[in-house]
Amino acid sequence: MQIPDDLKYTESHEWIRPDGEIGTVGITDFAQDSLGDIVFLELPEAGTSFQQGETTGVVESVKTVSDILAPVSGEVIEVNSGLETSPQSVNKDPYGSGWLFRIRLANSDEIASLLSSSDYRAKVEK
Amino acid sequence: MSDEPVLKQTPLFHEHEKLGAKMTEFGGWNMPVYYSSIVDEHHAVRNQVGMFDISHMGQIEVSGLAAKDWLNRILSNNVDRLAIGQGQYTFLLNDRGGVIDDLIAYRRRDNQFFLVVNAAKIEEDFAWMQKSLSGGVTLLNCSSLFAAIAVQGPRSAELMADFGELPTRNHIRDLKIAEYSTMIARTGYTGEDGFELFFPGGLAPFIWNRLLDLGKPLGVRPCGLGSRDTLRIEACYPLNGSDLSQDRTPLEAGLASFVDLEKGEFIGREALCAQKKASVRQRLSALKATEKSPPFRPHYPLFVSGERIGELTSGTQSPTLGVGIGLGYLDAAFAQPGQKVEIEIRGRKYAANVEKKPLYKKSI
Repeated sequence: MQIPDDLKYTESHEWIRPDGEIGTVGITDFAQDSLGDIVFLELPEAGTSFQQGETTGVVESVKTVSDILAPVSGEVIEVNSGLETSPQSVNKDPYGSGWLFRIRLANSDEIASLLSSSDYRAKVEK
Repeated sequence: MSDEPVLKQTPLFHEHEKLGAKMTEFGGWNMPVYYSSIVDEHHAVRNQVGMFDISHMGQIEVSGLAAKDWLNRILSNNVDRLAIGQGQYTFLLNDRGGVIDDLIAYRRRDNQFFLVVNAAKIEEDFAWMQKSLSGGVTLLNCSSLFAAIAVQGPRSAELMADFGELPTRNHIRDLKIAEYSTMIARTGYTGEDGFELFFPGGLAPFIWNRLLDLGKPLGVRPCGLGSRDTLRIEACYPLNGSDLSQDRTPLEAGLASFVDLEKGEFIGREALCAQKKASVRQRLSALKATEKSPPFRPHYPLFVSGERIGELTSGTQSPTLGVGIGLGYLDAAFAQPGQKVEIEIRGRKYAANVEKKPLYKKSI
């Protein structure tokens, strides 16, 4: 189970890589492994704003549908268009080519409220 | 402690654990949903060979001088047509012609039959049969004694070749695996050539591992219920509890060829004759997306010209066809191949077509 140290995590299995006021968002290795083969994603459009915890889209595997929640509040500025033709990238490389979108943080204090890699590891390995 | 009911485990539970299976609840059983990937396991069955633990399924033995005539009164198909060693798909119906269960009835001897029923329906089927029991018939629920494995795929006969002369389609034979007697039927739920093996539960780990070893050079993979579902939806085989229920008849499900209305009286016959005369209101149809869409799922509603005409009872993303597919009951007027429909998914409508069944047919 990969849980990179430089990321922050949510209880609902999203990760965010903060870089100044921009954060890159995806779902965790644990999440992709639990979902199984991912075949379809519904991602937010660039320009849409979300509150922390709000549903931004869905990820669908062969067997199930799961919501993608915003790890922080902000405006989506870029969406990973590569996933349209290869949703399986989320399975193969959840922290790399399987990233979902980039968000401009509305309130960078929210980052501190997220789980560290060790908190998240404790949660999923429980 | 959790409040969840204790799930039943098959004799292969430890083998699944060793193989790292992801487990899921199905019909009260703790079953593998996949080992590595539903999609990869699906393709293994379509292209090579796959193995499924189907020990959750039930087995009921019916014997006695009156067994044949009694079965003909409680099942929809005609057991008179079965030679010894032959099986047929058939239905256990209620008085309204609704489906209690779909099953396969094998004729083992002149007056001895072996029924293979759905896991979640074992007790209900058995209770219904006992209630309808008459003299000269002995019923035995031997579900807990048997384990079962399905070996499915174009290379399944190669894998099984070691065990002797294999049965032909829909037939069952007693064959030995090592020194152990097993019943081997040439049946399945995938749309491919394949076999279903029945044997005492204690032999399960040995037979499972023996098959995995024999199948290694053929590319065999252990497969879970996830691919069992995608395979059967492509082949348009119904799943009881989803596509079949006590409120749907075999005529509505498009399975009239497994009902013999001419054989004489049987439970549900009167209702089916009346329905046939009046013509059915809805029909179970196969659907396929004609544009990029999310995977189809049960209960998604279907529309024609903005009017709701039915809903899906099964659905998935077809690994073979690469698009959303499903089964659903449509108003009879629209249940024709070529009919364009719309399927609503999270408030958006996607284009789909009613297709001829099955959605996938193996090429020989």
